[in-house]
Amino acid sequence: MTILFKPDETYRGDYTYRNSDAAILRFPFPFPEDSYMYSVNIEPHVRGGFTPVYNNPIDVDEHYIAECRDRAITLERDPGRYAALPHMMTAQWDSIELLMECLSSDYPELFSLHKDGDRWTWINRPLGIEQSFTFGKEDTLPCEPFEYITRQIQGDFAILDQRNGSLYLDAGMVTAQADWSLQFDVGMDFMEWHGPVPLAHQAGVFERALKYLLMLRQGQPMRRLNWTMTVNPRLDTSPETYPEWGPDRTTLTLDNIGRKLHLRVELQTLWRLPRSNAILFPLRGYLASLDELVRVPKWGRRLHRVLSTLPRELAEYKGLVRFLPTALEYLSTYDDGAPTTSGCAAEISSL
Amino acid sequence: MITGDQLQLRVAAIRDISPTLRLVRFENAGDGPLPPSATGAHLQVVLQGAQKEIRNAYSLISKPGSRDAYEIIVRRVPESRGGSAYIHEQLKTGDLLTTSWPGNLFAPQRSARKHIMVAGGIGITPFLSYVADFAGKGIDYELHLCCREEEKDSFAPWLPEPDKVFVHWDADGHRLDIPALLLRQPANSHLYVCGPDFLTNDVLEAAETGGWPDNHVHCERFGNALSGGEAFRAVLQRSGKEIEVGEHESLLEAIEREGVEVPCLCRGGACGVCLTSVLDGEPEHRDHYLGKAERAGGKHIMPCVSRAKSGLLVLDL
Ligand code: FES
Repeated sequence: MTILFKPDETYRGDYTYRNSDAAILRFPFPFPEDSYMYSVNIEPHVRGGFTPVYNNPIDVDEHYIAECRDRAITLERDPGRYAALPHMMTAQWDSIELLMECLSSDYPELFSLHKDGDRWTWINRPLGIEQSFTFGKEDTLPCEPFEYITRQIQGDFAILDQRNGSLYLDAGMVTAQADWSLQFDVGMDFMEWHGPVPLAHQAGVFERALKYLLMLRQGQPMRRLNWTMTVNPRLDTSPETYPEWGPDRTTLTLDNIGRKLHLRVELQTLWRLPRSNAILFPLRGYLASLDELVRVPKWGRRLHRVLSTLPRELAEYKGLVRFLPTALEYLSTYDDGAPTTSGCAAEISSL
Repeated sequence: MITGDQLQLRVAAIRDISPTLRLVRFENAGDGPLPPSATGAHLQVVLQGAQKEIRNAYSLISKPGSRDAYEIIVRRVPESRGGSAYIHEQLKTGDLLTTSWPGNLFAPQRSARKHIMVAGGIGITPFLSYVADFAGKGIDYELHLCCREEEKDSFAPWLPEPDKVFVHWDADGHRLDIPALLLRQPANSHLYVCGPDFLTNDVLEAAETGGWPDNHVHCERFGNALSGGEAFRAVLQRSGKEIEVGEHESLLEAIEREGVEVPCLCRGGACGVCLTSVLDGEPEHRDHYLGKAERAGGKHIMPCVSRAKSGLLVLDL
């Protein structure tokens, strides 16, 4: 299927980011039930599922070109959003190999990778890139290998180094922060960066998640969905740029909330890397406005019900408290009380 | 090849590198290149023995990142439970085998200032991928091999930096002085040991005495050095089956023979993946995974290596 890119849409300034009907229908809506339930929703990252987003291990969609450009702008202003500790170079090459192979085998019309021993040629047609380099030789690329490839893929990326029975965030490309990455700092360990989540922590979820991740196997990636809400389709919500986006939170009214408030779903996948034994951790975000989501009747009803049952601590943690009442008022007009089927699927094929 | 759990491999070459050591080279019987091999990784190989399926884990000695072929070295073990004997007596070039994807329970710690490796005999195999990885990158390491004198040159072709390799054998002036070795290492060195239990235990003890932090000391024990034991019976409660565990098979193998699946990885009592609840009976723990309290509690067992003290175990399977 050919992807119709929207190269001119923006994630800042005039915020012209929009989803096409097809993009709305493929949105990875994260709520399988009408009430909010916390679950450790980690599962094997195999092809297929309720959303076409799962059809390929690395998903490319209509926002690809615009999102890569937004990343480039952010990096231009703040090169520190990419960082890698020196011992992560092997993991960087592992990542470039995995990601280039995923893209070129699943999207041959967009990407190709030719190998002649260690001499590789990478072609990225949507971004107009052709690059020959020597695998394993940093100076044959314009920047570090992990930065090079993550500039060309949607979503944030981290690499977790495994040592001392824990995982350390020792490399990252973070230009589309959700809550997890506000305090991004290379070198922090698994418990530190998961520390502040309420509720889940009490259940010892992260200790168990950590034990599980330490055993992650090459060839058997895992995935989970996380979500939050954000005002305007903005990716760059770092503390340094707060003056540009912080005040947006106070501008929501019943009239504009449908257009401005977005559900941000993050598809997190975890991949064991071979040579380095590190874990590649792509965090791919999907944004849809309330106006877009309510076009799927089941999702309109469900979102209203889920947000009404959200525990207070969680609403606080996700920063939703200020606008939650307005959002519920808006959504209530799309909830006629009719029963919904369980599962996340849209259950309609056109809007 | 991006995801998967099993590989179909063809034996591409078999070569005896000494009277007791056999090198086996595998190539992909399926399409495309193999998944990249890794430093310290192993492959679980399924061998069709005469009576039963044998699964053994072997370290990959190939240069990390190899995708054209995997190589292992297998020692002929007189008291072999089957895997070693099968590979030395029956395996032929062209044979097709099922294996796991490479797994890794013994990866080097990349942040180490220096890597100290101590190997006993065939225990050198995981370190052959370490040195292939480290060589030429300016990484500081020392590899100490303890073996019989006549074996001291067997692995030379895989040791690209001979000045960093020290061979020891049981004769005056040639024995490895473990405490002295540990004493002269710089701070933030990591120590790795792979070999028979007596060597591993000596090294671990010397490290503890020498004040090495636990998380700087790593060992890979041979899963298949754990031989069988007395036969016993096990009841698989949820499957409604009662099985006989023979003297020469593990509890896990007996369970699999009955068609009941238990997730497993290392098959050597190290990884914790096969953890199974014990409903009744007393386990004889042989794993390296459960903590002291968990062992004493007797509520869990690692069936890949552990057996029964009581003649009967009731398992939640
Ligand atoms: S399979 Fe690893 S402990 Fe049993």
